[in-house]
Amino acid sequence: MEPVLAILIGVLVAVAVWLMLSRNFVRLLLGFAMLGNAVNLSIFVAGRLTRAAPPLIADGAVAFEGAYANPLPQALVLTAIVIGFGLLAFALVLAWQAHVRLGTVLTDEMRIAEPLPEKKEPAS
Amino acid sequence: MSSLILRAATRALAPLLILLSLFLLWRGHNEPGGGFIGGLVAASAAALQGIAFGPAAARRMLWLPPAAVAGVGLAAALLSIVPSALFGLPPMAALWSKVDLGDGAYIPLGTPLLFDVGVFLVVVGSVVALIAALEHKPE
Amino acid sequence: MLSVVLAPFAASLLAPFLVARLGDRAALVLALVPAALFGWALANLGEAYPGRVEATPWVPGLSVPLSFNLDGLSSLFTLLITGIGTLVVLYAGGYLKGHARLGRFFVILFGFMGSMLGVVLSDNVITLFVFWELTSLTSYLLVGFEAQKPEARRSALQALLITGTGGLCLLAGLILLAEAGGSWELSDLALSRSWLQDSPLYVPALILILLGCFTKSAQWPFHSWLPGAMAAPTPVSAYLHSATMVKAGVYLLARLEPALAGSEIWLYSLLVIGAVTMLTGAVFALLETDLKLVLAWTTVSALGTLVFLLAPSDEPSVKAAMAFLLVHALYKGALFMTAGNIDHEAGTRDLTRLSGLARVMPLTFAAAAMASLSMAGLPIGLGWVAKELIGTAKLADDIGFTLTSATIANAMVFAVAGIAALSPYLGKRSEAAEHAHEAPWTMLAGPLVLGALGLVFGMLPQLAADALITPAAAAVLGQKPVLAIAIFKGVDWKFLLTLATFAAGAVIYLLWRRFGAAWRDASAPILARGPDRGYDRLLAGLASFATWLTRLMQPGVLHRYVGASFVVVALIVLASAFRGRFTLAMPSDGGLVVEWAVILLTGAAAIVTALATTRLLAVTALGVVGLGVTMIFMVFSAPDLAITQFMVETLVVVILALVLIRLPGFQLGTPQQRQGPAALLLAVAVGTGTALLLLGVLAEPFDTRLAEWFAAESVPGGQGRNVVNVILVDFRALDTLGEITVVAAAALGGLAAMMRVGRRRADAPPQSNLGEPR
Repeated sequence: MEPVLAILIGVLVAVAVWLMLSRNFVRLLLGFAMLGNAVNLSIFVAGRLTRAAPPLIADGAVAFEGAYANPLPQALVLTAIVIGFGLLAFALVLAWQAHVRLGTVLTDEMRIAEPLPEKKEPAS
Repeated sequence: MSSLILRAATRALAPLLILLSLFLLWRGHNEPGGGFIGGLVAASAAALQGIAFGPAAARRMLWLPPAAVAGVGLAAALLSIVPSALFGLPPMAALWSKVDLGDGAYIPLGTPLLFDVGVFLVVVGSVVALIAALEHKPE
Repeated sequence: MLSVVLAPFAASLLAPFLVARLGDRAALVLALVPAALFGWALANLGEAYPGRVEATPWVPGLSVPLSFNLDGLSSLFTLLITGIGTLVVLYAGGYLKGHARLGRFFVILFGFMGSMLGVVLSDNVITLFVFWELTSLTSYLLVGFEAQKPEARRSALQALLITGTGGLCLLAGLILLAEAGGSWELSDLALSRSWLQDSPLYVPALILILLGCFTKSAQWPFHSWLPGAMAAPTPVSAYLHSATMVKAGVYLLARLEPALAGSEIWLYSLLVIGAVTMLTGAVFALLETDLKLVLAWTTVSALGTLVFLLAPSDEPSVKAAMAFLLVHALYKGALFMTAGNIDHEAGTRDLTRLSGLARVMPLTFAAAAMASLSMAGLPIGLGWVAKELIGTAKLADDIGFTLTSATIANAMVFAVAGIAALSPYLGKRSEAAEHAHEAPWTMLAGPLVLGALGLVFGMLPQLAADALITPAAAAVLGQKPVLAIAIFKGVDWKFLLTLATFAAGAVIYLLWRRFGAAWRDASAPILARGPDRGYDRLLAGLASFATWLTRLMQPGVLHRYVGASFVVVALIVLASAFRGRFTLAMPSDGGLVVEWAVILLTGAAAIVTALATTRLLAVTALGVVGLGVTMIFMVFSAPDLAITQFMVETLVVVILALVLIRLPGFQLGTPQQRQGPAALLLAVAVGTGTALLLLGVLAEPFDTRLAEWFAAESVPGGQGRNVVNVILVDFRALDTLGEITVVAAAALGGLAAMMRVGRRRADAPPQSNLGEPR
């Protein structure tokens, strides 16, 4: 099933990019969350998939008997999920504060740090 | 947003969720669970409390300010490095000791468990802090 | 020799404390340092041929030693740097008497002195380059010393940019030279001519080194910074911009002459650039009224002459170059100091307002007269000797061009000598002269000593020749030359030519007195278009290019940054997908119904998220995507991931709900929020690229060693049966520590942002063209 999931990941990435290209900060954040999902899935899929064999060793045993899922991508993805959540929440705080302070959620109106250039060229 | 049913359910559910989170934390080394998952479950208990009774109630559940909980967690995780240094082992090498309960049963205690408790506290503290930041009304 | 180079730096560090304690008299104490070094150089003259190399390890890892070489050439320069340095330090004590930043001045001046000694003594090319750049930096600080004047700041920057650009060329050139010559030591490179000049690196190395030397020594068309550098205090002009630093380029040419000279490219580039510079400097000197600028332009002319003389690399030319170098340093240093005296005591340097100063400033006049005798080449000063040598050198090659251009330049320099030494002092007393009086002794010692030295060497030419000029020329030529100098060698046609030059110079001087103003008026529009103007254009162009580039790279609009990032991602992903042999993985099994159902549901929910026009629908669809991912984890044996994803998904919905109810909706139909086909194309490109890349990765055989190691070690090594958890808290615990730190940092950031608004709301937000917060 890996190739099918690869195509699903492509769809998720395309949707995420589409959302992140929006000028609306909220849609950008939705895209950000979606991109996190896609990236986590792609790490998971790149480590290959195994059905019905979680990487849990039976009680009393020292090693696996038979097939088992690759544990390394799972460990990588597990922390990535939590970090992704932390960053999303942080970005939401920023969006909310931007709205409170600037009165907009449109990114091309958030220009306080980098205002539009004056039309007049500086005299040399 | 708060309703009578929600508050009644929360009173019953929140302690259960906390117990569940501790259970998940404890068994994580051998079965699905661990500090991250336990921390998220505990945080969702706090979130539920916050939705039902307001942000102040969620913070009361933690005893400490959420950022302080996260700080304690980081400190605990760092503390788990110390024993290996004391024994002259490579940094973060795990150390285990078995607490005998008689009848051949024992509880394994080790630095990875302390580390996992640190992870648990960081996740709880951080998630609650972020939710608190989002709930904060500037007026 | 290391201590010789370090001594001025030590003095530089002590200078502020001495000035704070002793005031102006600190100059008397500080002057002892260069005086002692001068004594050291004199005492070591005997060793000047064939030279002595000393090395101290500096950066052994890169094989860069602090190696120094004392031979004839470097000892000539060392004597000039320390000797004139002593006089300049004394002079500066008088000239900047009571100046608030005298301490800082001495810090930089001594820093320069040490750097310049480093340049002329270094044997290692890297060490040489480091000191070379230090002289550029200290020159920058000294030119901009009167930083409150905009003109000084502009000149300082111009000097730094031109010499700094040249310095970069020089570095590249020296590295190529060392590669081609097979050594990083100049003393070895001097012997490498035979194979060096056959190397393919020879021409690029030569061109780059010439660029470095020409910018440093103010050769046309890079000369424009030197007149500008006259914004510096006069002691600096006398020291850096006539006697020492500007000669660094000439020094390096002379130093590399044994290795690089002899080719046609060397001969003609030095000859032509030198001649053009020589003539340009002489002509412009006649068109200025500021005494210092007149002198600056003659310095340009003299530097041109030196480069010109180094071109043929035969014995008479090199000896002439060394003699002229010594002469020029003596008379030009003296003339700058007398110009400074006039400026200091009469309050102006404008030649049209100065006359009749001889009676009020007799000693200054005497010094100026002695120096200009030397400069004009009249038969009593050292200039005569040098001129004779130059004449011999020019006759040695049979190119009419050199003789003509040098004769014209000589005549004009003769005239300028009259302008600098006669015009301000003779004639009726001008208004400025009424209030003038003689300078203090510290400001007279320098010009008098230098002027007198010129005369002494002129009358006893053999002394200068034996002690200084012959050993220096020997170092340049790599052999011991014999120098015969006589003041008067009988009447031949060369002597007649010299007399004709003097006559022409006198005529030019008289014409200048009569028509000088008219020349200036006529030439002003032409001068406005010179290289100096080109420099301004270049700088303005660079600034507007930088502005344009910054606007392009940093439009300040988030979605453009995001777009640019994804364009790069798309290119990288597609490029790596299509690199080399590329096969795509094909489905190997049919899959279970539940798997297909979950995948289709997830994909459909993602597309709904993209198309949703309300917040509620978008968040719900995003939640379904998250649940779909949860189920994928569950189906493919990742229970830990499934639980984590499920909890996070729950919390994401909670926080989105918390925030979105307070934010405005999407309004996707409005022109502000509509997304064009470019965004769609980019999204499809990145998505397709990712899928292709992943399919390519899946087609590769999988390396299971890591998975097997973790599985085997989990129970024995980690005391745990949940391998994922053992990896997180034991095997890769350091990674996890980093990750929980990130989570905690995000939380702190969120709290900080919240508190900021709570506290700062009362303050008005920074001014902008936006409305106030609603």
